[in-house]
Amino acid sequence: MDFELTDEQVMLRDTVRDLLGRAYDPEKLLKVTDTELGWSRDVWRQLAELGVLGLPFDEADGGVGAGPVETMVVMEEIGRRNAPEPLLDAVLIPGGLIARAGTAEQRQAVLPALTAGETLLAFAHAEPGTRWPATDLATTAVRDGDVYRITGVKNPVPHGDCADRLVVSATLPDGGLGLFLVAADAEGVTRTAYRTFDERRGANIEFASAAAELLGDGGDARSVVDTVTVAAQASLCAESLGAMEEALRLTTEYLKTRKQFGVTLSKFQTLTQRAANMYVSLELARSMSLYATAAVADGSADAVAASRARLQVGRSGRHIGQEAIQMHGGIGITSEYPVSHYVARLTAIARTLGGDLEHLRVLSDRVGDYTLVEF
Amino acid sequence: MKLALSPEEVKFRDELRELYRTKIPAEIRDRVKYGLELSRDDIVTTHRILNANGLAVPKWPTAWGGQDWTPMQLHIWEDEMQLASVPEPLTFNAQMIGPVIAQFGSEELKQRFLPPTANLDIWWCQGFSEPDAGSDLASLRTTAVRDGDSYIVNGQKIWTTLAQYADWIFCLVRTDPGVKKQAGISLLLFDVKTPGVTIRPIKLIDGHHEVNEVFFENVRVPADQLVGEENMGWTYAKFLLGNERTGITGVGRTKVKLGVAKEYAAQIRSGSGTLLEDPVFAARIAEIENELLALELTLMRVVSNSTGDKPNPASSVLKLRGSELQQAATELLLDIAGSDALPVNTDDIASPGWAQRSGPAYLNYRKTTIYGGSSEVQRTIIASTILGL
Ligand SMILES: Cc1cc2nc3c(=O)[nH]c(=O)nc-3n(C[C@H](O)[C@H](O)[C@H](O)COP(=O)(O)OP(=O)(O)OC[C@H]3O[C@@H](n4cnc5c(N)ncnc54)[C@H](O)[C@@H]3O)c2cc1C
Repeated sequence: MDFELTDEQVMLRDTVRDLLGRAYDPEKLLKVTDTELGWSRDVWRQLAELGVLGLPFDEADGGVGAGPVETMVVMEEIGRRNAPEPLLDAVLIPGGLIARAGTAEQRQAVLPALTAGETLLAFAHAEPGTRWPATDLATTAVRDGDVYRITGVKNPVPHGDCADRLVVSATLPDGGLGLFLVAADAEGVTRTAYRTFDERRGANIEFASAAAELLGDGGDARSVVDTVTVAAQASLCAESLGAMEEALRLTTEYLKTRKQFGVTLSKFQTLTQRAANMYVSLELARSMSLYATAAVADGSADAVAASRARLQVGRSGRHIGQEAIQMHGGIGITSEYPVSHYVARLTAIARTLGGDLEHLRVLSDRVGDYTLVEF
Repeated sequence: MKLALSPEEVKFRDELRELYRTKIPAEIRDRVKYGLELSRDDIVTTHRILNANGLAVPKWPTAWGGQDWTPMQLHIWEDEMQLASVPEPLTFNAQMIGPVIAQFGSEELKQRFLPPTANLDIWWCQGFSEPDAGSDLASLRTTAVRDGDSYIVNGQKIWTTLAQYADWIFCLVRTDPGVKKQAGISLLLFDVKTPGVTIRPIKLIDGHHEVNEVFFENVRVPADQLVGEENMGWTYAKFLLGNERTGITGVGRTKVKLGVAKEYAAQIRSGSGTLLEDPVFAARIAEIENELLALELTLMRVVSNSTGDKPNPASSVLKLRGSELQQAATELLLDIAGSDALPVNTDDIASPGWAQRSGPAYLNYRKTTIYGGSSEVQRTIIASTILGL
């Protein structure tokens, strides 16, 4: 076993850390998240130049052919800076779907522009009134000569507000799950853009017989969605970990500097013991995040592994977030001070692609199937 | 031992129940029930209706509009108000400064301030905390220096809730810098429109403007607006904060929130049934409900053992657990909303309004374990005054 990063991976981490550190101090971050787009095209261009947008894609598709570990390293840095650039929503998830389900022509038509930072995608999958994992889709696709026509409502579509093209899931005429490419400005597509409580962006997207191009050859794409979702869960774990590390760092720094009753808060053992508990949560989450990524990397990842990781990371994120605010006192929930934004982000991640409850359900449904728990 | 209310208490409860539900506008109560923001008008309207019915300041002395009620009656008054989702009388007026003026103020101060305070003709805000004096309130630095028949006030307050709506502030100031920190503090009342007062909003993580910074630059305050005696402010502050604690337990409100949570959970598909039927989810509601019941019974024990004006030390349990359960109920709503919680402030999308409010509300409610004596402060009180540690 080996949980260490290679020299190249450390270099990648340091480069991205450096880039994001220069791009965002808390003040600049607030400015950028308050723009309509909510993130920076300039930072995006720099990430593209570094090859970050192409990390997991094959070189033939315009990517760098790196792996899940490199993706994890970058996602952790995104979490650490709370950088709003939609690497996961606009590239990794929808790009991953196209890389796996698309024909050679489709991959060629979309992926190089995606990894170059010229095109933005979004995955329109979740539907109103249902909880993750969305299985029975109310959105339907019907055949109309050469194209398909899609009808239904998708919400929330993370970063669907700025996407040029959408990957849309819909029920195929034969009942299977189909994936489609739809131009965001196509006729019959109505987008309502919004902000989220963690200052990200999203959209409610309605399709009224919108023209759509089937991805791939038309078989059931459920397993592709599952595989890409499992990888996305690992990315969310990594992002959470970066955010937790920074929330804990801010908290310990605050305990060392904030004075009440004539001494720094770090003199109150009740607080330092709890900071120690936060660290325990962090390390358990780190282990599970590494596990999720390693499982993706060696091809053994499945929905159960992903849910195990998400459950622990979600619990740790909740614990660390709540304690971080509490130990900061009032300043912890102000918008000007960064800790609240990390907590908001952790809270939002914990409601993305399933929350504790949903992941616990995945696991509790299966406890009777095995005797000893193992990874 | 007896759990049931007496027939007289039942009658008292039923009358209040009826009154709250008929006299207070349903739109306002719905806004409370479903967690929508209240306007200044909503709060004033409700407070005045309550006052007209003798229900705004029942804990005050009867000479100033109070009711000669038993602790159980006071509890029923408060609990029924919460169960009916009535906005509580403005706490700064009813629970904080009013009782202090009634107890420690001169006759002139009482005459001048108690009637308009009871009727919310004056909206008060609480100027206690400062940037460097939070939990360690007694280390506050805002000064008041006597100059003829005025005090000149300089300094800064922070976290002043709803100061943007307020007419007057009750303010802890240092009047004697030369003595032990608790001994040199006084309580001053003044108009927030007095020259030299500046109010600056603080934006919280939920995007709302609820608290403020308040700056004082050579603010001239007539000396007859001092409460009680000079340098006795710490005693008054402790009295006032002791009142605050039981008021923010919020058992009734948390019950209503759990009821609303079930209403939503029953509408959401999960597997072959609804979220409410999901065993993992249902177990979580059951746990919170049980914790709440234990707290309610503790509250009843405190209420029925309460002897007049001496606060029961177990009231720290109420603040500690009450605030945690308010947070638990808020978090439950967020979890019911799931990914529908992500969007905020957007009309015409599939995520319902309640779901859009659940994320900001969760983040906002982290405040309940911080203000009004943080959980750490409550534990310290329990450890020192009850356990003798
Ligand atoms: C939404 C909101 C509204 C408020 N409204 C008002 C208002 O209207 N008027 C007003 O005057 N104030 C108000 N407050 C202020 C509130 O009372 C203070 O925030 C509170 O006293 C804590 O102070 P602080 O924020 O400075 O935190 P600090 O005192 O700096 O505490 C930071 C952390 O350290 C802990 N801590 C501090 N000392 C100790 C110790 N000795 N042992 C163990 N732990 C300790 C605290 O519990 C907290 O977790 C409000 C606060 C909030 C958040």
